[in-house]
Amino acid sequence: MADVAALNTAGVAADAVSKDLAGPRGARPRRAISRRNVFLYGTLFVISVYYLLPLYVMIVTSLKGMPEIRLGNVFSPPMEITFEPWVKAWAEACTGLNCDGLSRGFWNSVQITVPSVILSIAIASLNGYALANWRFKGADVFFTILIFGAFIPYQVMLYPMVIILREIGLYGSLSGLVLVHTIFGMPILTLLFRNYFTSLPEELFKAARVDGAGFWGIYFKIMLPMSLPIFVVALIIQITGIWNDFLFGVVYTRPESYPMTVQLNNIVNSVQGVKEYNVNMAATLLTGLVPLIVYFASGKLFVRGIAAGAVKG
Amino acid sequence: MSVSIKELTLSFGDVEVLKRLDLEIERGEFLVLLGSSGCGKSTLLNCIAGLLDITDGQIFINGRNVTWEQPKDRGIGMVFQSYALYPQMTVEGNLSFGLKNARVPKDEIARRIARAAEILHMGPLLKRKPAQLSGGQRQRVAIGRALVRDVDVFLFDEPLSNLDAKLRAELRVEIKRLHQQLENTTMIYVTHDQIEAMTLADRIAIMRAGSIQQLAEPHTIYNRPVNKYVAGFIGSPSINLIDGTIEMNGVPSFVAGRTRIGIERYAFSGNGPKPGGATFGIRPEHIFLGRAAAEEPFTAEVDVEVIEPMGADTLVWSKLDGHELRFRVDGQVPIRTGERVPIGFDPARASIFDAETEMRL
Ligand SMILES: Nc1ncnc2c1ncn2[C@@H]1O[C@H](COP(=O)(O)OP(=O)(O)O)[C@@H](O)[C@H]1O
Ligand SMILES: [Mg+2]
Repeated sequence: MADVAALNTAGVAADAVSKDLAGPRGARPRRAISRRNVFLYGTLFVISVYYLLPLYVMIVTSLKGMPEIRLGNVFSPPMEITFEPWVKAWAEACTGLNCDGLSRGFWNSVQITVPSVILSIAIASLNGYALANWRFKGADVFFTILIFGAFIPYQVMLYPMVIILREIGLYGSLSGLVLVHTIFGMPILTLLFRNYFTSLPEELFKAARVDGAGFWGIYFKIMLPMSLPIFVVALIIQITGIWNDFLFGVVYTRPESYPMTVQLNNIVNSVQGVKEYNVNMAATLLTGLVPLIVYFASGKLFVRGIAAGAVKG
Repeated sequence: MSVSIKELTLSFGDVEVLKRLDLEIERGEFLVLLGSSGCGKSTLLNCIAGLLDITDGQIFINGRNVTWEQPKDRGIGMVFQSYALYPQMTVEGNLSFGLKNARVPKDEIARRIARAAEILHMGPLLKRKPAQLSGGQRQRVAIGRALVRDVDVFLFDEPLSNLDAKLRAELRVEIKRLHQQLENTTMIYVTHDQIEAMTLADRIAIMRAGSIQQLAEPHTIYNRPVNKYVAGFIGSPSINLIDGTIEMNGVPSFVAGRTRIGIERYAFSGNGPKPGGATFGIRPEHIFLGRAAAEEPFTAEVDVEVIEPMGADTLVWSKLDGHELRFRVDGQVPIRTGERVPIGFDPARASIFDAETEMRL
């Protein structure tokens, strides 16, 4: 009885299959021009134009001579391409004090950024590692204070910092500014590293301890090689942040060691003579070049870093 | 004594995870810590390894008080559930990492790696990264990492739980073989899998909520569980538990509803039977069917409600006078749902527990 019933259902199923063969099958076809796509790509296009147009204007203007600029066709491409403004912006433009262009500011910024980035990342990654893995006494209090620090507006600490730097004799020097950048980068970077190290499997840390590796051994031989992605993230944050900084640069250094951003401001805002729009545009582009290169270069590294890191092993 | 733990207490803040725990492990013994998830097995193992600072108590390894010593100085090797291989190092690098830290000479390192590779059949894998290995191979490397340390005590924390059933069975045998091969090596093995525990252990410690319920050979744990919890925890399908009373008119018997089971041949511990509430436990595999049943001291007839064929044998669900009763019959025996069948068992093989204290009577 049961067998007959089973046979019947099988027969019905076979019928259904043959009827359904003509029906939809495989991936559902998509229309290239659907309302959804038009809306999506339209929005993307408008937004891109909105962001890219100013950049276009800047590049075009920086390649024109002053006579051409005076014609007033902001959007038209240069009739005659000249790199004069770029050279001038780099080497000859006048700030309030001297006339050797942005080059001085560039080297100042390099001298500020490189040690600040290295120092802040080195210290913050160690902090994060200690907080995540070694849970020393008072770790929670330390962490809370550090996070609290991330929420205090910089302006509040500006003047106290001046006094501190003056007292330890670093006010106005590049090392003073490096110190400031290192300190102010600490909360967010430590948080970043702590969270990353916490996400690594705890048993790996335990295995390394059984294997006799100590605080530094585990940090350098186990944790660091697995943390390339997070170091790249920290690098991007710090390089762009410190390079683009204006406030600390103005407050904590003297004119001869102003970073590039401050010098750019001084060039663009200098009131003597005619406004050289092409030089200003070139100077601005030059200043923005470093963060731009960092984004482009590290984007690739970042992806590769994640692939190479393959924590699950 | 290879490992001895005295009055070990461990708290995370206010939560006492291990409570004045005592444990003595012989040299060369294979001890399995068995318990459900969250009962403190890993915590105990981490305490022995020195990966957790204990709250109170002492730990001795090979007669030396290691309570305050670093993991690397305790003479232990540890294998983790997640393998915990260093992903950026090759297999060889993983094996040699601990030895390099201990400044073992190069040729000695090479010798030990070669030996471990031979014992665990992983010679061809030495140059590979962990990501290029299968789960079973990774766990083999993890065992190798403990092996090269040349230690007296191996600690395993659920080493097979991440593997599929077939590999688990293979590696289980391999671990047992390894233990036989390495004389005088003590192994402490944490698992929640009772099959692993029964097959591997010289002795099993059943843990519950941070304390040890019973510590005995697998045979004893299976046949003479000290309390209802252990009885229910060991054995799959689990033991049948029937609530009732012990009556003493003439011969002692266990009474549940209209069912009366004579227990005059049951080996009572302590002062013998006393009347009162009790729970009668009989394992599914100790209940027989059909002709074999007739020869048993206790017989009854039950209705078959559900059958679960498992190939080698079939699990039958039925009711004995309203009480759930599971039993196991040979897979070849024809049995159908709704049938009424004769069953029988020997009460001497049962376990009887006090209704209040849940301890074995
Ligand atoms: N670091 C910790 N902090 C607080 N509680 C913990 C910590 N580690 C484990 N516990 C608790 O201790 C108990 C035992 O955990 P564990 O030893 O890992 O159990 P298992 O027997 O499953 O290995 C659990 O209830 C767990 O929640
Ligand atoms: Mg565990």
